[in-house]
Amino acid sequence: MIQVKEVSKYFAKKPVVDNVSVNIQSGKITSFIGPNGAGKSTLLSMVSRLLDADTGEVLLDKSDVKRWKSNDFSKRVSILKQSNFMNVRLTIRELISFGRFPYSKGRLNEEDEKMVDQAIEYMNLGDLQDSYMDELSGGQRQRAFIAMVIAQDTEYILLDEPLNNLDMKHSVQIMKILRKLVEDLGKTVIIVLHDINFASVYSDYIVALKDGRVVKDGPTHEIINSDALKEIYDMDIPIQEMNSCRICVYFNS
Amino acid sequence: MRNSTKMMILIGIVLISTALYLFHGLNGSYDYALPRRAIKVLAMALTGVAIAYSTVIFQTITHNKILTPSVMGLDSLYMLIQTIIYYFFGSMSILVINKNYNFAISVIAMIVFALLLYKFLFKAGKRPVYFLLLVGIILGTFMGSITTFLQVLIDPNEFTSLQNKMFASFNNVNGDLVWLALVIILLTVVYGWRNIRELDVLSLGRDNAINLGVDYDKIVKTMLVLSSILIATSTALVGPITFFGLIVANLSYQFFNTYKHTTLIIGASLMSLVALIGGQWVVERIFTFDTTLSVIINFIGGIYFIYLLLKESRTS
Repeated sequence: MIQVKEVSKYFAKKPVVDNVSVNIQSGKITSFIGPNGAGKSTLLSMVSRLLDADTGEVLLDKSDVKRWKSNDFSKRVSILKQSNFMNVRLTIRELISFGRFPYSKGRLNEEDEKMVDQAIEYMNLGDLQDSYMDELSGGQRQRAFIAMVIAQDTEYILLDEPLNNLDMKHSVQIMKILRKLVEDLGKTVIIVLHDINFASVYSDYIVALKDGRVVKDGPTHEIINSDALKEIYDMDIPIQEMNSCRICVYFNS
Repeated sequence: MRNSTKMMILIGIVLISTALYLFHGLNGSYDYALPRRAIKVLAMALTGVAIAYSTVIFQTITHNKILTPSVMGLDSLYMLIQTIIYYFFGSMSILVINKNYNFAISVIAMIVFALLLYKFLFKAGKRPVYFLLLVGIILGTFMGSITTFLQVLIDPNEFTSLQNKMFASFNNVNGDLVWLALVIILLTVVYGWRNIRELDVLSLGRDNAINLGVDYDKIVKTMLVLSSILIATSTALVGPITFFGLIVANLSYQFFNTYKHTTLIIGASLMSLVALIGGQWVVERIFTFDTTLSVIINFIGGIYFIYLLLKESRTS
C-alpha cells in the first residue's frame, strides 16, 4: 500500500508540491489530473523515489520509500517518465529485457525470457521485436517502454503522461491494456493524465491537483461533475453521459 | 559478422602487433633488447586498458560520447605538479630524477584532488553530473594557466627538459613502476567489473536506471573514482594521453554496435593495444624515432574528433 504523507517539494524556494497527503487504493487505477504546473509529475517522481521529498514522507508498506533498498523497491514499483532519452541503439526486445534487470541482473534465465515474451505479446509487439528503437514511430516506442515496465512485473505501475504524442487509436489501446493489467493481474496503476476524458472513462479514483495542492480526491464519479471541475480548472465544463461514460465537453466553454 | 568473431580478429591483430614489436629487428639480442621491449609492451598494455576502461565508463555516466575523463582536469594537474617541481627544485632534483618519487607524488596528488572534488561537490547536495564537469573544466583551465605562467618564468634549458613530460612517451618507462601500476590498475578494473552490468542500464538514462533498481548516485560516484584512479596511474606512468580514449571508445561503439559494456570495454581495450603497440612499432622501426607516438595519436585523434562532431551535429 502506498501512502503519501504531508509531502512538499520546493524548486528555488517556490513550493511545487505543497503539503500533499494521498492514499493510493490498491488494485485500482488512480489518475492524477490538474492544470499545467500543478505538480502532478513532481508528485509521481517523489512516489517513485526519482526525486526526494523536501518534507514529509512517502510510505510503501508503512516504510519510507527512501529507506527501501533500490533493488527491492524496483521489484515492487515501476515508473515510466514522459521523455526517455537513450544513448544507445537497442532493439525492442533488448529494451524489454531490461525490465528483468531487478531480478536477473542482466543474465536472463528461462523465466525471465518467458516474462519478456509475455510482455511483448501483451503490447502486441511480436512483429517488431527485432527492430531498433530509433526506427520506430513515437507510438511504437511508447508501447515498447510500457512493455518494459510490464516485464518488470511490479505490483505498482506509475506512468507519467503515457498518452503524450499518441493518436486516438494508440491512446485507447494503451488505456485498455492498463485496465486489463488491473483487472486480470491485480496491478495498481497510478497515471498522470492530461486528457480529462481518459481519466473519466478509465480510472477508478482521481486525485486533482492545483498549484501543488490536492483540491479534490475521490472516486471518479465524485470528481467528474461540473462543480468540482470548475474548482480544479476554473472553467465551466458541461458533462454529457454517453453509453454510461461521463464525457466533459470543454471545447467551447 | 558476429561480435565474437570481431573480437577474435582484434585479439589476432593485437598478437601480431605484439610479436612484430617484440621480435622485429631483434638481431638475436634476447638478453638485452627483449626484456626491455617486453616492459614497454606491458606499459602500453596497462595504459591502453586504463584509458579505454576509464573513458567508456566516464562516457556512460555522463551520457556523452565526445567527452573524455581529461575534462575533470587531472591532466592539467599532472602538468602543474611537474612544472612546480621544475620551477622550485630544478630538473636535477631528486623528485625528477627518482622516478618512484615522481610517480608517487603525481598519483597521490591526482587521486586526492579527484576525491576532494567529488566529496566537496556531492556533499553540497544532489547535483547533476554536468555541474561536476563544469567545475572540473574550470579548475583544469585554472591549473593550465598557472602552469603556463610558471613555464614562462622558468629557465629555457629546464623548459626543454620539462617539455618531454607534456607528451606521453613509452621510451623510458621504469620497470619497477610498471609492476606497481599493474597492481593498481588490475585491482581497479576487477573492482569495477562487479558493476559492469549496471552500466548497461545506465545507458537508458538516470530515471530508467533508478526504476530498474540501480543505486544511481552510488554507482556514478564509484565509477568517477575508479576512472580517476585509472587516469591518475596511467598519466603518472607515461604522461598525458587521455585524448586517445575518445578514439578507441568511439571506434568500439561503432565496431561492435551493442549496449553491453563487457563487449564495449574489452573491445576498446584491444583497440588501444593495437594502436599503442602497433603504433609504437611504426614509430620505432619505420620512422626510426623521428616522431613520437603521441604526436601521431593526437593528429589522428583530432581528425576523428572533428568527424564525430560533424556526425553528432547531423543526427541531432
